[in-house]
Amino acid sequence: MNGRGDVLLRVEDLKVHFPVTEGVLMRRRVGSVKAVDGVSFELRRGETFGLVGESGCGKSTTALAILRMLEPTAGRIVFDGEDISRVDQRGLRPLRRRMQMVFQDPFGSLNPRMRVREIVGEPLKVHGVAGSRRRFRERVAELLDLVGLLPAMADRYPHQFSGGQRQRIGIARALALEPDLLLCDEAVSALDVSIQAQVLNLLMDLQRQLGLTYLFIAHDLSVVRHISDRIGVMYLGRIVEVAERDELFEQPRHPYTEALLASVPTPDPIVEAARAHRLIAGEVPSVRNPPSGCRFHPRCPKVIGHCERVEPLLEAIGPARVACHLYNDSSPAAAGSGQTGDLSV
Amino acid sequence: MKEPLLRIDDLNVTFGAGFGNRPKVRAVTSLSLEVAPGETLAIVGESGSGKSVTALSILRLIPEPGRIESGRIVFEGEDLLALDDAGIRSVRGNRIAMIFQEPMSSLNPVLTIGRQVAEPLRLHRRLKRRDALERAVEHLKSVAIPDAEKRLGDYPHQFSGGMRQRVMIAMALACHPRLLIADEPTTALDVTVQAQILELLKERTREADSALILITHDLGVVARYADRVAVMYGGRIVESGPAAALYADPRHPYTQGLLRSVPRLEGNCGGRLDSIDGQPPDLAALPAGCAFAPRCPQVRDRCLTAPPLLEAGAGGRAWACYGYEEGAA
Repeated sequence: MNGRGDVLLRVEDLKVHFPVTEGVLMRRRVGSVKAVDGVSFELRRGETFGLVGESGCGKSTTALAILRMLEPTAGRIVFDGEDISRVDQRGLRPLRRRMQMVFQDPFGSLNPRMRVREIVGEPLKVHGVAGSRRRFRERVAELLDLVGLLPAMADRYPHQFSGGQRQRIGIARALALEPDLLLCDEAVSALDVSIQAQVLNLLMDLQRQLGLTYLFIAHDLSVVRHISDRIGVMYLGRIVEVAERDELFEQPRHPYTEALLASVPTPDPIVEAARAHRLIAGEVPSVRNPPSGCRFHPRCPKVIGHCERVEPLLEAIGPARVACHLYNDSSPAAAGSGQTGDLSV
Repeated sequence: MKEPLLRIDDLNVTFGAGFGNRPKVRAVTSLSLEVAPGETLAIVGESGSGKSVTALSILRLIPEPGRIESGRIVFEGEDLLALDDAGIRSVRGNRIAMIFQEPMSSLNPVLTIGRQVAEPLRLHRRLKRRDALERAVEHLKSVAIPDAEKRLGDYPHQFSGGMRQRVMIAMALACHPRLLIADEPTTALDVTVQAQILELLKERTREADSALILITHDLGVVARYADRVAVMYGGRIVESGPAAALYADPRHPYTQGLLRSVPRLEGNCGGRLDSIDGQPPDLAALPAGCAFAPRCPQVRDRCLTAPPLLEAGAGGRAWACYGYEEGAA
């Protein structure tokens, strides 16, 4: 599967653990928070891969580890054929030009004391590709135009813009270095519905225009469904299901995916009245102390014998990949904790 | 229709005194609505549409420099705006209770859960400490807090987000209010927990025959839980009606745009969403005409001169748009 050439990013058995320490003078390591614990997936060039899950499932940590803004504890991150999980800081610089991030908070992620021109143009300067003053200004104007802002707005400050416009500024900044991969972490979650639709449309237009690949992280399933080609569902640091968009929504296989879909109300009272509201009990447990075996088992309505003891692996079930004993109860003693095997769906 | 439990007549709320060149912010303008006993009314709108200010006005909790300029808020035949301070305090948490968005910041971090849930009972029912705590345990059990007796002495930080919101519900329902106002009660929670909390809220208010005002920006939540909907834009109600009818046949161009711009879990996807162009209005500089006119695809001359008033039609529907005439299609 290595020679397919259309895989832009492959994440293999990624783990990001944070140490938990105790004591003031003598700091001892007493355990670890396994924020991401054996996650594998791949991104094909030009596609949008959606990563969904509830708070604390590790979706943002995964993105930060891909950018190497957090150091992975274990696993491999292969970007365009090169293993970047051990590359040093100097080696990362050219890679970061090719991967950029759009953040959630359009208020916190723009420096209030910088003009839009400086914000959008900063990556050009940092990477030494700003060129002459005139070229720089032209490039910023071009970028603003690309995201639907007026080039004349370059002299304004962030507070002079609405939330949706600020998110456009963040996108323009991310596009400044012509990246291949854009990591969007809850990029539209803070926006009102009517503005959210504008930004989603913009992201889809830009993808078509520039051939971008997106890792789209969000907790809102309907947004993820709208924009993604394939989707991975995360729960407590692991991927429980990966499938093509339609496959996942039409036939969710993992009980958690099913519960997640059932929990989202549809904006249609007639559909809602006809729908059975099957809820799952309980809340997401703390990542500090995850349940044994399958991490979903204490909340799972379909729990069977060895769910409590044995962690299920991500395996091909029909056209999807699912980590659930319901589908492979013949192999309870499978060794290893990673999610390995053929990654293609 | 039954005698309304709550009736708001022509409510106007502004912020800022309008000194010098700083204009007043008109947060709520000429707002009228009714809530019937036992019904769930959803107030939907985007940020800055005035939905939370409307909710806060009912209990007279508008923070400085906000001011209720005019209007009447009649609850069980009594004008809440005419009550003195002691009068409104005897309503808050007693006959009308409120649940806020952020369960962490609306619970007192240095008081035990037991004391906080017992507080309205001590205050409004004059119960002795022990009796109030006993009742608090019952209320905590009714919102499915496990080991309620043992958890009375715990502090808010020892509870998860969903559990804190359950505590808030227990506290709000402690005195069996006739009206419960929930302002974005689940926005801070995960979806699986959101569904649990909303089901609980709906079930408990139904059992108590209380009315519920649900304030939200989530059109899915409205569709699942509301009997009636009021859509707000720029401080006014632009459309209201029974939920099913309003979703099936939205009459105001803003409601139409809003419903079209939500991505859905079923149906088409991947294509362009019908977004509403432009930005929400600046409440300090509202246009002379309809606040939605600058973004409206069906705008006409008249829309720019005077704001349209809410017009009532058949089937409990109402809309504030010059462009819609009932029966004309």
